[in-house]
Amino acid sequence: MMHPPRHQGRLSTLAGAFVVARRDFVAILWSRSFIFFLLGPLFPLFVGAMAGSIGAHVENAVDTPQIGLMMAGEDIDAMLTARHALEPALRDDLPDLVVVARLRPGEKADPRGALADKSINGGNLSAIISGTAKAPVLTGTPGRLAAWQGPVALIAARATGHGPDVLPDVALAPTATSTAAQAHNRVLTAQGGQTLLFLLTMLLAGMVLSNLMEEKGNKVIEILAAAIPMESVFFGKLFAMLAISFVGIGVWAVSGAALSMLGWVHIPELVTPALGWPLFIALGVAYFAMAYLVLGSIFLAIGSMANSVREIQTLNMPVTMGQLMVFFFASYAMARPGSGIEIAAMVVPFSSPFAMLARAAMQEGLWLHLAALGWQALWVAIFVRGGAALFRKRVMKSGPQGTGQKRGLIAALRGKK
Amino acid sequence: MLSNDWAIEARGLVKRFDGFTAVDGVDLSVPQGAIYGILGPNGAGKTTTLRMLQGIIDPDSGMRRILGADRPHDVAHRIGYLPEERGLYPTMKTYEAIAFMGALRGLPLAEGRRRGKAMMEEHGLSYAIDRQIRQLSKGMAQQVQILGTLVHNPDLVIFDEPFSGLDALNQGKLEKMIRALAAGGTTVIFSTHVIAHAERLCDEVAIIAGGRVPFAGPVDVARDRIPAQVRLETRQTQGPWRAALPPDARPDHKADRGALWSFPLPDSGVEPLLRALIEGEAGILSLSIERAGLHDAFVAIAGEAAARALGQSSEEEAA
Repeated sequence: MMHPPRHQGRLSTLAGAFVVARRDFVAILWSRSFIFFLLGPLFPLFVGAMAGSIGAHVENAVDTPQIGLMMAGEDIDAMLTARHALEPALRDDLPDLVVVARLRPGEKADPRGALADKSINGGNLSAIISGTAKAPVLTGTPGRLAAWQGPVALIAARATGHGPDVLPDVALAPTATSTAAQAHNRVLTAQGGQTLLFLLTMLLAGMVLSNLMEEKGNKVIEILAAAIPMESVFFGKLFAMLAISFVGIGVWAVSGAALSMLGWVHIPELVTPALGWPLFIALGVAYFAMAYLVLGSIFLAIGSMANSVREIQTLNMPVTMGQLMVFFFASYAMARPGSGIEIAAMVVPFSSPFAMLARAAMQEGLWLHLAALGWQALWVAIFVRGGAALFRKRVMKSGPQGTGQKRGLIAALRGKK
Repeated sequence: MLSNDWAIEARGLVKRFDGFTAVDGVDLSVPQGAIYGILGPNGAGKTTTLRMLQGIIDPDSGMRRILGADRPHDVAHRIGYLPEERGLYPTMKTYEAIAFMGALRGLPLAEGRRRGKAMMEEHGLSYAIDRQIRQLSKGMAQQVQILGTLVHNPDLVIFDEPFSGLDALNQGKLEKMIRALAAGGTTVIFSTHVIAHAERLCDEVAIIAGGRVPFAGPVDVARDRIPAQVRLETRQTQGPWRAALPPDARPDHKADRGALWSFPLPDSGVEPLLRALIEGEAGILSLSIERAGLHDAFVAIAGEAAARALGQSSEEEAA
């Protein structure tokens, strides 16, 4: 009888991973846990809404509106004095006034140019007041103009020696956008991206734990360990789950689009991220994959050392709490661009995908993302290799009854004899 | 130096876990095409030895050569392994489970499925081809796993306690399967704590106790470590023929008549003894020469303590 050519030696890490991933993918796809996975967003959406309220505080911290002044020197002084005088009564209702340019006689203001110039006031200008205190001109995006027209009129009235009963006409000069408005809106996009990433990884973490429990119950692990590299087992399980998550995302996307077309749900309109939508979405997929792989590789490493299903179940709570901590850390870092905290969030492998996705929404520049993806991939490889080595060292040490040497997960983690 | 004449050759394998020496200098030479048993009680180091031979774990020291390769992974496609802790995915269909195990050893999935179905039919399990593993009895699931171990036509099959958990009928089937594999040129090595299986099946055995191998070689050689026993029944208790018996041979007087003697067969053999008994008119009522069994050999080689542990392992399994 003719036999097909046999593979020589042990399967490569990639080939072994494919065999495991194929089995896991099909098994999970037809399992009940996949149904729960598809229904999963209902619960995390609720949690996400709670987390969103914290995000709103973060957004406020980023969104401190400041209006630039481009007027003659005496008008600027009058406006600043007027604002100072009104502050005790109106406090938060008044915007900050920032001197952009004191115009010399005959010099013309260029408010649009000032709004587009990111070097002025760090790019954080909501609008520009030009003209004179008697006839101010407010330049900015339409939404912002409507919000600040009243307070600016009040300040101008005070600057010209009038009370609130004689308000000057504030001429509005709308622009397409301003750097501050753009920054504000991009924060929303960044928050949306981070929240989505968090929800997806949280759902997936539950699936990974379920899969680990199944594996412990099945006792197939030694067959796998005998035939293929342990790294293949870990990678195969990780990639199977990732593929499953893409199927889930596809189902949710189609469902969301269908419901939106029917008018049953409203999909919020977010401003175009700094890198543009196509690149932002591509990076979102990549960072989602990395966030999951980093987390999943740690789960597998720890879970594979567990002696029982119960030990794995005890991981559930710390895992969820850990994920929340990572999410909050990355959100907090987002409000402090360029700070040490943001850099720390970008470097720590668990928070790096979240921090980098926010950065993709808010700031331009691609090379840092490529470096971050490489950095995160490196940590996935380190965790998988480390987990496989630990597994071989600590788990494959005796028969099922053990020799009195087999240790539990907690003891293994402590390294106690 | 290790040679290529053996399916497995190991020298001085040592494995320690957290200061505990699980395997302490094991030497093994498993001939090609042989049925080779590793005999020892639970915790003796059998599983750890089998894992080291396959490269599932690495020895702390020592050398191993398996199917001519220094690195076990280089010949992984030629090895089939049934671990002691059985495991299958419960929702998989039986032939899919067999194909999956073949795929892990490099067999294309489609070919594995085809062979899986054919093997199920060949072993009288055709009615269960489309059943999920969870729908099978424990014994039947174990049979499926054994077929999965063999689906890629390995040259070396390693079974860790293969008879454990099987009823007498299925134990007989497995013994038959092992003999058929060896007849086809496959080397079979299995661990067991049941001496009867090793005695019935094995060409050679390694006796392992406390992580060491005090004996490894043909079963006959193990038995020959203990001289055959002569059991003699005589009508007379005294006479010149007594000189032909070993000096320390003492009669066990029977209540009604004569005496019963039991002593090791003299180096000179049975003929001079028989002649002296006849000529001295001892009145031979019966005479038999009993060759030592593997159990006696195990006791003699590994010691009483190891033998007791072996018996305890068997009792635990039976319970």
